[in-house]
Amino acid sequence: MSLLSTYSGLFLSAFATTLKLFAFSAVGSLLLGTILAMMRVSPVPVFRAAGATYVTLVRNTPLTLVFFFFTFAYPLLKILKLDYEQGAIVALTLYTSAFICEVVRSGINTVPVGQAEASRALGLTFTQMLGSVVLPQAMRSVVPPLVSTLIALLKNTTVSAGFSVGDAGAIQSTLSEEGANMLVGLSWVAFFFVVLVLPLTFLQRSLEKRWSVAR
Amino acid sequence: MTAPTTAPPMIKMAGVDKFFGPLHVLKNVNLEVPKGQVVVVLGPSGSGKSTLCRTINRLEPIDSGTIEVDGQPLPAEGKELARLRADVGMVFQSFNLFAHKSIVDNVLLAPVKVRKVPQNEALEHATELLERVGIANQAGKYPAQLSGGQQQRAAIARALAMRPKVMLFDEPTSALDPEMVQEVLDVMTTLAKEGMTMLVVTHEMGFARKAADRVIFMADGEIVEDSTPKEFFSAPKSNRAKDFLGKILTH
Ligand SMILES: Nc1ncnc2c1ncn2[C@@H]1O[C@H](COP(=O)(O)OP(=O)(O)O)[C@@H](O)[C@H]1O
Ligand SMILES: [Mg+2]
Repeated sequence: MSLLSTYSGLFLSAFATTLKLFAFSAVGSLLLGTILAMMRVSPVPVFRAAGATYVTLVRNTPLTLVFFFFTFAYPLLKILKLDYEQGAIVALTLYTSAFICEVVRSGINTVPVGQAEASRALGLTFTQMLGSVVLPQAMRSVVPPLVSTLIALLKNTTVSAGFSVGDAGAIQSTLSEEGANMLVGLSWVAFFFVVLVLPLTFLQRSLEKRWSVAR
Repeated sequence: MTAPTTAPPMIKMAGVDKFFGPLHVLKNVNLEVPKGQVVVVLGPSGSGKSTLCRTINRLEPIDSGTIEVDGQPLPAEGKELARLRADVGMVFQSFNLFAHKSIVDNVLLAPVKVRKVPQNEALEHATELLERVGIANQAGKYPAQLSGGQQQRAAIARALAMRPKVMLFDEPTSALDPEMVQEVLDVMTTLAKEGMTMLVVTHEMGFARKAADRVIFMADGEIVEDSTPKEFFSAPKSNRAKDFLGKILTH
């Protein structure tokens, strides 16, 4: 406890940064990942090819490499200046969206084709069919893998510490510089990660419960 | 039947061919259905009845020939096709109600999304339709909570909510327990009497006799007979139709 009170400021700001990284990249990758999944099932071949290429490329690239790109290569393109934190959010979003895309796509595949046919027969356009009929059902069937992907994202935020972002992954370097007890310090870090994951697990359970009644 | 001769037929298929790979499923199909006519399509399993039905709203694209609905050729994929489909109601063997939506929301969805009907107006119409098919008291339930017969009646209400010009039915009672068949046929018979143009694939001979103006018999992707129910059931011309009726009627 004494370590925690000594470093309470560090823990607070670090975990606040972690939460911020997580929140922005979670929303971003859910959006982008869903759009990519829509592209991958689109009747337009160009969209399908673009979606598939993106997923193959990004899913097979180590996360650190994506970070290196946004720290060192991207600035050379001189498009839009990103600070370290923004760069981390973009890297995490691009990386995670490839996984979300595949989860959502597998969900789309569980929706019976009759649902899409009924939508088309009623005159819904492709996007209306996905938005109102297919995706809502697809999401219900992939809650567990979706939440797993978000939990992985939460843990992946610690990679940002290697790229000048003061998130929870950076706590250990400060502790070791100042000669604090690493065993105690890192145990606290791990503990707080568990605390952050718990609400996600809880969200998963309640969504599963709610949506199991409806079908 | 009563439509003036100048009006275009509701459905017009001319020289339609359809292949699934090497399989020739529709062979030079020519069919005109005038406004207000009720056509029953009969034929053995695999003869192409469902495919015929599904080409009319382009759920299955065709390989050659032309299809027109109410004088308008079927557009290729896209917004225009969606607009045409909105005018063509379809009822499936497996109901295909939207599993995540309540019955009333199933009926509301397309009018609100596709026709941009205001919510309250659409709700009023939906309630009216659910009453008409006799399941107004099930409006708030989900499809899985309804019996097959109730689900199929909801599916008919959903199609009618778009105020379609023509209704296609692909074996609407084949997935139902026997005791639920009649409640669905009753709704369809009423619809037929009200003047709806209908193309109905079914094995229900009672419905064909009672509600149809015309019977089409298909075999191996071809229209083999095209006559009135009375003629077809009392004096089928082709051997294949005789054979088919023999099998059906002994059951
Ligand atoms: N999507 C498909 N792909 C390949 N073959 C199909 C497909 N749909 C139907 N068929 C084949 O086309 C033929 C006609 O099928 P269908 O129109 O369903 O007949 P029916 O409704 O009269 O039983 C059958 O031989 C069937 O196996
Ligand atoms: Mg069939």
